[in-house]
Amino acid sequence: MRKTLVPAAVAVGAVLAALLVVRLTGNRYAWFAGYVVLQYIVLATAWNVLGGYTGYVNFGTAAFFATGAYTALVLVLTVRPPLPVMILAGGLTAGLLGLGIGYLTLRLRGVFFSIATLALAVVLQTFVMNWDLVGGAKGVSVIRPRPAVPFTDYAEYLFAVMAVLAAAAVSFAWWVEHSRLGRGLAAIRDNEEAAECMGVPTLRLKLFATTASGFLMGVAGAPFPYYVTLVEPLSVFSLDYAVNSLAMPMIGGTTTWLGPVVGAVLLGTAQQLATVTISSELNLLIVGVVLVGFVLLAPQGVVGLAGRLASRRRR
Amino acid sequence: MLSMELLANALVAGLLLGGFYAAVSLGISVSFGLLDVVNIAHPVFVVLGSYAAYATNRFLGLDPILTGLLFMPAFYGLGVAVYRVYHAGFERTGEESLRGLVFFFGLLFIVEVSLLLAYGVDYRLVEAGYIGESIRLGGIGIALRLLLPCLAGVALTAALHLFLSRTFYGRAIKAVSQDGLALRLMGANPVGVKTIAFGLAVASASLAGALLILIGPVEPSLGREYIGRVFAVVVLGGMGSIGGTLAASAILGVAESLTSTFSGPTWAPAVSFGILLVVLAVRPAGLLGR
Repeated sequence: MRKTLVPAAVAVGAVLAALLVVRLTGNRYAWFAGYVVLQYIVLATAWNVLGGYTGYVNFGTAAFFATGAYTALVLVLTVRPPLPVMILAGGLTAGLLGLGIGYLTLRLRGVFFSIATLALAVVLQTFVMNWDLVGGAKGVSVIRPRPAVPFTDYAEYLFAVMAVLAAAAVSFAWWVEHSRLGRGLAAIRDNEEAAECMGVPTLRLKLFATTASGFLMGVAGAPFPYYVTLVEPLSVFSLDYAVNSLAMPMIGGTTTWLGPVVGAVLLGTAQQLATVTISSELNLLIVGVVLVGFVLLAPQGVVGLAGRLASRRRR
Repeated sequence: MLSMELLANALVAGLLLGGFYAAVSLGISVSFGLLDVVNIAHPVFVVLGSYAAYATNRFLGLDPILTGLLFMPAFYGLGVAVYRVYHAGFERTGEESLRGLVFFFGLLFIVEVSLLLAYGVDYRLVEAGYIGESIRLGGIGIALRLLLPCLAGVALTAALHLFLSRTFYGRAIKAVSQDGLALRLMGANPVGVKTIAFGLAVASASLAGALLILIGPVEPSLGREYIGRVFAVVVLGGMGSIGGTLAASAILGVAESLTSTFSGPTWAPAVSFGILLVVLAVRPAGLLGR
């Protein structure tokens, strides 16, 4: 029991340290940059629950993220509930989307799931572009409410919310990894037919993984309307989300909960620095090249490389 | 109000569009359907072909379709190089499912961003004498910039079909898709055959790209819209069936054309996805699947 608290404690400690550092430096840009890195921790962890543990590639992170963001936006424009309600609603709709897509495609070969998710983002974007309530292609701007009590600045509040979500997502991934569920998912990844023969309920487990993964991506997207305040389709459906949420676990390492976190922190921070110093297109090109390099040359990612170095030293 | 003339025009435009979609989808039909290599970067190679046609048309004044043919050897080389890396990195070690897909996705991303860096987000187009022309048959207008791509697409399909059924290498490609081990026992090298086939698949992107920029202006991220289309066509047609690809392209073209005529062009990208999902749910083997 005490062991389950370890990752949560580490996460909370890291978040508190980050809060403290940003507070002390007093740089407002740091809240915004930090929020993006934390958001990527959630997205990369969510992607890895399906991609890393189960071995099914989701190219549609942007679609699930946008489902969360637009669910939240519709709520903001209609009933204006508190942020936690929006987050829950965003997660639930994105989770349902994951369940639906998974149900239609996961009974076939895994590659059909990947192709469907690849096309999903384009289709959802088409729907949003034609939807007047959310402003169509022009987008719509929202007004931020007052932040919850201990916070004075809304950016600071959002940062704290995203930090809690990141800690929760990482703890969830840790739990999945160390439970019976995680062993079932790993069995699917290693050999689906053998797993099925051994009595692992593969379809149910895969649907669980797609739903949970979609839920977490929706959760990451739900605070987005308040973060950007001007919500328009191009920024919500940006290919950056699909590429980063897949590159981060791939670079960090896909088999453990730590991999996506390491990848998100490394790649996310590097991108935040690079966007300020060099152009953002060049920055994306670097992500693509690094991704292909890692996939070809270091499939275990940074965590795997570090582990191998450590075991070599011990010997 | 449904007018017959509008309907007829939409049908004809859809069929013409279908011929062009066949040109774009053939490469995937070969690589995904026959070789089992899920080259999701194919649409972005098509866009690369468009930019090759754009650059030569702009600076040398060459005809776009001629350029598409001229660049085919270069694209063949590109395909061979990509397949060699893919084979060495993933196929040989049996890791093609997860990491192979990510590899092609990374490739897609690199090409798209490189085009973005080189040409920016502006739409580019080509110039040729026949682009504005059209023929009128009764009440139906046929624009040459749709007719020529359609004819080229049908010609490409026919050429590929003849190549696969009549020549030694074509039959070897079909054989490798059925049983690689048996092919090896017959004394042929499956990897060599797959390299040639993949090279040809990417070479078709050169011509398809030239047709793409004939039909309308092109920008670097256009490939993404085509991912849904080409996979819908290949799955609907039945994996690896060349005739099925042509039939499915025509169906998609007509469906999209009717959608844009009657509910507005902004809805067209959703059509292919709808078809893809319905086919996967109802008949995953496709129309002419084995």
